[in-house]
Amino acid sequence: MAHAHKLEIFRGLIKFKSNTQKIWGVLIFLTIVTGIEVALGISKPHVLVVNTFLGMKLLNWIFIILTLVKAYYIAWDFMHLRDEKSSLRRAIVWTPIFLVAYLIFILLFEADYIYNVFKDGYVTWNF
Amino acid sequence: MDSTVTTSTEESVWGGGNRPLGASYGKLMMWFFIVSDALTFSGFLASYGFSRFKFIETWPIADEVFTHVPFFHGNFPMYYVAFMTFILIMSSVTMVLAVDAGHKMMKNKAIIYMFLTIIGGAIFVGSQAWEWATFIKGDYGAIETRGGRILQFVKADSGERAALSDFAKTLPSERVDHESRNGVWFYQGEALPTYSVNEVVEGLKSNPNILIRTETINEEGEKTLLTREESLTKIKDAKLVVEGANLIRNEYGSRLFADFFFFITGFHGFHVFSGVIINIIIFFNIILGTYERRGHYEMVEKVGLYWHFVDLVWVFVFTFFYLV
Repeated sequence: MAHAHKLEIFRGLIKFKSNTQKIWGVLIFLTIVTGIEVALGISKPHVLVVNTFLGMKLLNWIFIILTLVKAYYIAWDFMHLRDEKSSLRRAIVWTPIFLVAYLIFILLFEADYIYNVFKDGYVTWNF
Repeated sequence: MDSTVTTSTEESVWGGGNRPLGASYGKLMMWFFIVSDALTFSGFLASYGFSRFKFIETWPIADEVFTHVPFFHGNFPMYYVAFMTFILIMSSVTMVLAVDAGHKMMKNKAIIYMFLTIIGGAIFVGSQAWEWATFIKGDYGAIETRGGRILQFVKADSGERAALSDFAKTLPSERVDHESRNGVWFYQGEALPTYSVNEVVEGLKSNPNILIRTETINEEGEKTLLTREESLTKIKDAKLVVEGANLIRNEYGSRLFADFFFFITGFHGFHVFSGVIINIIIFFNIILGTYERRGHYEMVEKVGLYWHFVDLVWVFVFTFFYLV
């Protein structure tokens, strides 16, 4: 049970005195991250839109990474995975990560292939 | 277990009764459910990604679709969704605080925090209903071509979007909306749009300030604007007037966009709704003292896990529907 809380985040950079305090600290962090996302989404800095990495805009990479950061803190501190045994934590986290990564890889590659067929092939779809 | 007392307790799995994961049955089952539900949502979002990559050049730009804030007029992309996200994270926080209060057996604190969590969930579901209503109603209106593509209209001088009502002509027409009270043979029929295709076409021809915007995204990441001549050629393909969105067609662009929007946010909204209901049940159980008598508040923790999971899913929906 989660009676013994681990009270540090950012690998011990910030230590909280109580569990309640840690929750508010995580809230502030999540709010800042969401704020950054919205600010970037509205301003859309030109540099991040023009440059791409692996076929995707840098801006979108930033969004996805920030989302994973948020997901980590929601799971670790709100769902208190941080306080669970590592075996439970690994079973919960790695199973979906493996399956989802596999699914995304297959579906996005297939979609890109279909896009190219529509674009360069003999299929008319915009008439 | 008696036989294990004398030997090393670490390796004695024969006797049973050991708890390798250190979590109760109920909590483990909740985690089982959450992992499988996470895979369901991942399937939805991955298929959304599939459709989007398939039509990467013509997919609607979310910033131009979700621009409304209740009680305010104007163009505010994303502010309202950001507010909804914050509400949901906030209600997650009150939920953790309720779990924390439960651990310390502080009944009254747990009641207050559960109540706040329910309020946060209700605000979120309400916001989502409003968002759906706005999306279904639409705002500018568009034309669908014979090939099923969407043409939108822009004012040439200001670059702003033009609503159909800004330029469509009113032509005399005999067709009226057929309603059930006008005939016993009535089963159903497609409702007439505010303007007929002819009225929009004539309006475009007589108004030199109106240009057509196609679905294709150009290199700057914006929708392609046609010149006046191209617009006049393109309008010949007009087949239907589309206002708002439904499962068959929508004025924002790709049909799949609206389908996925309804399906994914709807499925998530259903989760939030059932979460609120479960929270209400737990709320009354705390008031009645059920967990006080049971000696522990683990039920609050289990429901809390579900509630945080709903928040977790929204974080991903927010990114893939509104940001990326």
